[in-house]
Amino acid sequence: MTHSISYWKTFSNVLRRDLKVAVRNKGDIFNPLVFFVIVITLFPLGIGSDSQVLTRIAPGIIWVAALLSALLSLERLFKNDYNDGSLEQMLLSPQPLFIMVFAKVLAHWVLTGIPIIIIAPLLAVLLHLEEAAYGALIITLLLGTPILSLIGAVGVALTVGIKKGGVLLSLLVLPLYIPVLIFATGAIEAAALAMPYAGHLAIIAALLTGAITLTPFAIGAALRVSTN
Amino acid sequence: MWKWLHPYAKPERSYELASTLLPWFAVSSVITLLIGTIWGLAFAPVDYQQGESYRIIFIHVPAATLAMSTYMAMATAAFVGMVWQLKLSDAAAAAMAPVGAVLTAIALITGSAWGKPMWGTWWIWDARLTTELILLFIYIGIIALHNSFEDKVLAGRAAGILTLVGVINIPIIKYSVEWWNTLHQGATISKLDKPSMPTEMLIPLLINILGFALMIGALTLIRFRNEIIDRNSMRPWVRELVAQESK
Repeated sequence: MTHSISYWKTFSNVLRRDLKVAVRNKGDIFNPLVFFVIVITLFPLGIGSDSQVLTRIAPGIIWVAALLSALLSLERLFKNDYNDGSLEQMLLSPQPLFIMVFAKVLAHWVLTGIPIIIIAPLLAVLLHLEEAAYGALIITLLLGTPILSLIGAVGVALTVGIKKGGVLLSLLVLPLYIPVLIFATGAIEAAALAMPYAGHLAIIAALLTGAITLTPFAIGAALRVSTN
Repeated sequence: MWKWLHPYAKPERSYELASTLLPWFAVSSVITLLIGTIWGLAFAPVDYQQGESYRIIFIHVPAATLAMSTYMAMATAAFVGMVWQLKLSDAAAAAMAPVGAVLTAIALITGSAWGKPMWGTWWIWDARLTTELILLFIYIGIIALHNSFEDKVLAGRAAGILTLVGVINIPIIKYSVEWWNTLHQGATISKLDKPSMPTEMLIPLLINILGFALMIGALTLIRFRNEIIDRNSMRPWVRELVAQESK
């Protein structure tokens, strides 16, 4: 078997293709983002506008909303490729699946994770987050949202062949998101109290490293089951 | 080892083995559970702190410890199925999932029933309770994934992947919840952590843990047999079996 295309070329081709597809269907980028904003708006309406209460729960709200909006956008990751057959072509191609899967997940993160990171400080203002905690909010989102994309991709890969896999997907993926949620909100709360939070960040970074190295294999195995 | 193990890759032989083992597991689990439970409920000494209500420990602790062990057994079976492509191993994992889920539910229900007289509340966000609840969610996810595939072979493999992803995550979840708990609430009630236990209480507890383990074995064997029959329902040997049974 000859590798006519280098690994890097494979990676960049898949990444560029996914970004291009998404840019041409702008709804895919904006809908999860609007969802994120709306969910965060609902909390003050449900809880009341007491700014002290909102300050207290702001990290949790922002992170839970980020989890949910990541979940909402996940299905897009493999669904269209599965429906039009290009996913099967990818599995059949001689290039390593690891690289292609990784490129797809990276594209997903660029399209859904980065907009959330950009807009999160703005929403934190609405929730009266402590000023000292903004840095921690951005860093945890930066380190944490790729984990959401990676773990979520395993769930999507498992459910892509199932009709109405959406609810099932949330059932599979949400319990696995719990450690990220715990450490991210813990770091933000520690930062708000002017305590050191480097330990939390180190753990999130460790989770990210573990997810980057291990999940592409799980995603690949799951895709092979789903396209069977 | 492979020579000895190899014949059991055949569903028929595995079915026979499960059928021979089942009565042993069933009878011994009933006997040990009866001894352990009666001893624990009627003859073990009363706890000086918690009174009679501590006796739920004889159900709660076996269920809680073995809920996690069942997951480990399931993950081992899924791993074997993944590496050596043994379909029966996936079937065994699938057979264990609902048993483990029910054990987790038993542990949660008895735990909160115990918590009411002891802590004065049905539920607190204690690290162990939370971990157990998340474990239940993971079990439910695996069962739901297994049920949503038409093809049982594919279902077994998909559930196997999820089980293995879960087994990496469970320790992370466990420790993260423990740290979260210490971060969020200062005073955790830990009456469960008694320094030691008198032998008169420990022996029935150990007997009941053994009994639960045997019961899990028996239930898994029953479900494993059903799983084999379900997957091979078109094979001649299953038809013969059905013909024999219906005589």
